[in-house]
Amino acid sequence: MADKNGFFDLSKTTLSRRTALKGIAAGAGLALAPGFVRYSQAQSSAPIKIGFQSHRTGIGAAYGRWYEKTSAAAVKAINGAGGISGRQVELVIEDDGTDPARGAEVVAKFAKQHKTDIVFGTLFSHVVIGSAPAAGENKIPYFVVSEGHHVASTKLNRYVFQPGITDVKSQIQSMAPWIAANAGKKVTQIFPDFAFGYDHRDYLPPALKAQGADVIAQIAIPPTESSFTKYFPQIPAETEVIYHVMVGPAVLTFVKELGEFYGSQRPQLFGFMDSLEATDINSPGLEFLDGSHFWEGSPRYAQADDSAAQKAYRAAVGIDDNGAAVGDPKDVSTASHMFGCWETLYVVKKAMEDAGYKGPEDRAKLVEATEALKEFAEGPEHPQGPKTFNGKIHQCFGIQNISKVEGGKLKVVHKTKIEDGLYEAEGDYTTQAL
Amino acid sequence: MHFGPHLLLAALEGLVTSAVLALTALGLSLVFGVMRVVNVAHGEFFMLGAVLAWAISTAIAGHPAVGFVAALAIAPLLVGLVALIAERLVLRRLNYNPEGTIVATIGMLYIIQQLALTFYGPEARPVEPPFSYRILLPWFGYSGYKLSVVAASAILLVITWLVLTRTKIGLIMRATQYDRETAQAFGIPVERVYAGVFAVGAMLAAIAAVLIVPISQAHYLMGQDPLLLSFIVVIIGGLGSLRGTVVAAILIGLSDGIVSMFFSPTLAKIIATLVVAMVLVFRPQGLFGTTQR
Repeated sequence: MADKNGFFDLSKTTLSRRTALKGIAAGAGLALAPGFVRYSQAQSSAPIKIGFQSHRTGIGAAYGRWYEKTSAAAVKAINGAGGISGRQVELVIEDDGTDPARGAEVVAKFAKQHKTDIVFGTLFSHVVIGSAPAAGENKIPYFVVSEGHHVASTKLNRYVFQPGITDVKSQIQSMAPWIAANAGKKVTQIFPDFAFGYDHRDYLPPALKAQGADVIAQIAIPPTESSFTKYFPQIPAETEVIYHVMVGPAVLTFVKELGEFYGSQRPQLFGFMDSLEATDINSPGLEFLDGSHFWEGSPRYAQADDSAAQKAYRAAVGIDDNGAAVGDPKDVSTASHMFGCWETLYVVKKAMEDAGYKGPEDRAKLVEATEALKEFAEGPEHPQGPKTFNGKIHQCFGIQNISKVEGGKLKVVHKTKIEDGLYEAEGDYTTQAL
Repeated sequence: MHFGPHLLLAALEGLVTSAVLALTALGLSLVFGVMRVVNVAHGEFFMLGAVLAWAISTAIAGHPAVGFVAALAIAPLLVGLVALIAERLVLRRLNYNPEGTIVATIGMLYIIQQLALTFYGPEARPVEPPFSYRILLPWFGYSGYKLSVVAASAILLVITWLVLTRTKIGLIMRATQYDRETAQAFGIPVERVYAGVFAVGAMLAAIAAVLIVPISQAHYLMGQDPLLLSFIVVIIGGLGSLRGTVVAAILIGLSDGIVSMFFSPTLAKIIATLVVAMVLVFRPQGLFGTTQR
């Protein structure tokens, strides 16, 4: 295309004195703007910068948005109460596109360009696994809120932590007795065909076996699949329980098609809330779920016995009694996971204050201070419930909720104990060099 | 489940895929056939149709069928309008240059996708089907709506075929496709034909999306799969050939349904890609395409 207006021809654009003056004035204005203030005592008053690796686009976008809302609410609460060691906290957000390769780039960008103190906030397990090496190489602590077992497996590295949400292996182990006793003994598993799904594939069969129940079929579905009916004939006829955990934008189709396939003659259903996060359970086609059970990390619907801390947390994040955004009942939250962002940020605060953290040169001290943590008491900082933390495997352990779909709401019918989900450590991060 | 019912279910699923795919791919094929433009943004017109269907059906209260019918009527028109504007503002200014339009439509893809993310959001949102009749077979239940999608798609394909072969508009389009210069010499307003064809191509994708959206929800990334499959169908069937597109869509849809049910969905994709490679090697013009002059 011809460059008629000469946009690209430098000889045609003359720089007048007025333009030059405007440019200088604008530059000076920028330098004086709040963001450019040079802190005279950089370490004592500059804000602590937390790099937030967010799934703003890609298949995790619905989670990403709620993770951002929850984290912003937590940062507001922390700053309102004086910040971390008296310093304000600032979130620097970068989109990873829910993509592992981009995730690793984002971690490196936080370390080298934004020079954030830590990286935080990743959910999708393939992004965590893809980004972890970059965190190790750049020696920047990486706090994920992912639910996968990859951190606790000790196959990542010493800089990766998951102190805000229990891992899948522990969740499964603590719920297996309830499934075997209340739902049925012959279980067919449907799970997404990638890292997070493999945790379910690998840890459910032994957990059920210990309770005298069996997994009789395992059906892996690609996470980008948009139609599911074709997989259902693989479900054996003698199945008593369908254990489903799906992720991504097509979750609603999955449940609807399951309903069309079975009608009212269905086996028992036990699902992970991941199958319906950010989705209204009263959507057309989901009547089929009535009476079925779900794992919930933190209950979506307000419960009768909610603690004051839980109520305060819900109000701070801005979700109503149905777990949707206040003022927009159609904007359903990812309540089962996002509490982990809130709690992780408070763990970071605690660890930084314990370590006497001053700046990036203290990152190793921060890692050690985090590893030294043992317990998080239930309260405003940990509204989901009490947790223990194993510094050797960088993983926390908390209670899990089993909820029943009743009258278009989810009602918690069983809460597991922390002890139910503890297992033998598979390794020890603290033996790795810093 | 026994082999017979299993195969029946696989074939039904395959037919639904074929029906939607045929409509979407036909739009892509028309645009390429007449304009020689490879429209990479085609999948986004599909997505836009689904997103608008959601917006329209939620804006209209009452029985879900009312909202759905309104969406079926209005959404494709709006998408056609967007395509028309894009054609005027972008493609025409590039003189329909083949390389230039590929890059430009890639840009359009990102613009439309990100606008949808900004204004519609990252959630997958459902549209209620106009009716929810469940056909009860002895072995399994099946959605009656899915079968109606197949019927609707077949009717639309026949209408498109009639328009192309039996009307003056169709004649003009075919003349432009056959030889642009000669058509212009005979007084055919080629640029207006191009604008129309681009809009109609996008509208076909939008109609397919409105039909599918009660089955799978509206989501801002939903345009990627249909785009890829449409390219596969169009390459196998022969660019610009209506008959080839329909045959290839049925072939790919059924094989996808059956292979992914009896083996694995990944194998189905591998086979489809392999067929494309074979067609490109041994019959580059496609099964029903004619050699370029």
